[in-house]
Amino acid sequence: MKTTMVTEELIVNMGPQHPSTHGVLYLELKLNGEIITDCRPHIGYLHRSIEKIAENRSLVQFVPFTDRLDYLASMNDNLGFCLAAEKLLQLEAPARAQYLRVIVAELNRIASHLLAISTFAQDLGAYATPLFFAMRDRQKVVQIFDELCGQRLTYNYIRIGGVAGDLTPDIARTINEFVLYFRKMINDYDDLLTHNIIFKVRSKGIGIISKEFALDYAVTGPSLRASGVKWDVRKDEPYLVYDKFDFDVPVGANGDAWDRYSVRIQEMRESLRIIEQAMGAIPEGDPVAKVNKVFRPSGEVYMRTESPRGDLGFYIVGTGDVFPYRLKIRTPSFSNIAALPALIKGLNVSDAVCALGSLDIVMGEIDR
Amino acid sequence: MDLAALVQELQASIPGAVIESLPTGVVIKKEDAAKAFSLLKNELSFESLQCLTAVDRKETIEVVYHVYSFTHRLMATLKVVLPMDDLNVASVTGLWSSADWFEREVYDLFGVRFEGHPDLRRILNPDGWTDHPLRKDFKGAGVVPKPVK
Repeated sequence: MKTTMVTEELIVNMGPQHPSTHGVLYLELKLNGEIITDCRPHIGYLHRSIEKIAENRSLVQFVPFTDRLDYLASMNDNLGFCLAAEKLLQLEAPARAQYLRVIVAELNRIASHLLAISTFAQDLGAYATPLFFAMRDRQKVVQIFDELCGQRLTYNYIRIGGVAGDLTPDIARTINEFVLYFRKMINDYDDLLTHNIIFKVRSKGIGIISKEFALDYAVTGPSLRASGVKWDVRKDEPYLVYDKFDFDVPVGANGDAWDRYSVRIQEMRESLRIIEQAMGAIPEGDPVAKVNKVFRPSGEVYMRTESPRGDLGFYIVGTGDVFPYRLKIRTPSFSNIAALPALIKGLNVSDAVCALGSLDIVMGEIDR
Repeated sequence: MDLAALVQELQASIPGAVIESLPTGVVIKKEDAAKAFSLLKNELSFESLQCLTAVDRKETIEVVYHVYSFTHRLMATLKVVLPMDDLNVASVTGLWSSADWFEREVYDLFGVRFEGHPDLRRILNPDGWTDHPLRKDFKGAGVVPKPVK
């Protein structure tokens, strides 16, 4: 029997408080039944005017603010800013600091990817187990950072000219133990998620980002690599001592949500390889260079680094004053989520949650 | 292709477009901006607009574009200088989709209008607000320089 049902387009507000939006993101969805016909994201709920604050702080005073951008990978934000500032000031951190920076940045990448894949699995209905596994392992990384700099979330560890604390033999042993432990643990995630048929069916073919689409929208990081573009700032524009290490850049084939998950799992393995090589080669010496406390930057610089979410760029303009004249932070999540409306048009609402979760956004760095 | 070749190509294709050479790029004449960006995207294979922002120089506002070519592995900085009494520049949303949100952000924070942008609304600050907080003449209650010792 054929029924004739009158339907009309419905506007549904998803967020700003919604468990699947990963922060205070408000999506205005236009729905035709279950299908999304249009999407207007509204951001800015976490806008703390960090770029304006930067114009009233010296470079040294600004470092703690970078912790609050991407609060799941603060080390990488510290690193990006300090490298940009050092490039502008023509400083170089001592060799020991460079190795310590690589180690903490990669550890933080693992911690961040763990949260990314587990909350993604949660979005798809795997409610407790993956998240508990990930939180348990992330706790080990966070504890290493706690011993290293006294903080669990906002580290302020990487400073202009070096790092804030030296690596003690105790912490070094903990890191080495973690590498051995976590290498085995990734296999558990494979059993739990990678080879899980429900998880596969649910995420394969959803939210496909083609290569051209990714470049057009300036999507970067694992989401770009999942589309088959072999681009990693650590490999292609090496900074610190990344060119001394042997690691691969995993890429996906289809650019769907599954590939973005899979690239992250493989990247954690590569991070372990980098940490292992770096731990075996840390040179002796000071972890911080003897530099001034007050800088008067002049000129301008754009420096980008590979944060767990993609290209993190700092554009600093100085005019010889202690305060930078302008500081722009190009964050990967901002560009990645700008692609969302085009990405989820035509999907079910439940699949849109899958596409959004696989992008791995952090609202703190979108709103700044 | 390197930066010098890019500058040469720009000068040859659009005479008079390049006002000044910078260490990492060029300053483009405002009237030629649309043509220059179209050349970059369509013929010189700069596939991606990585960053778009602005700097308030008090008498002028510089709009700063960071375009990247994955083909040539080359990043170029392009600047367009706008006088304070005429803050209009052609939008590049037709060339790079990433410009959509970048331009909205610059409009929100600096008040630069991008002609041809499909949906030029504020993005971070509330709709209906009249200030542009990253302008140097903006006086907000919280804008207090911290003493440097």
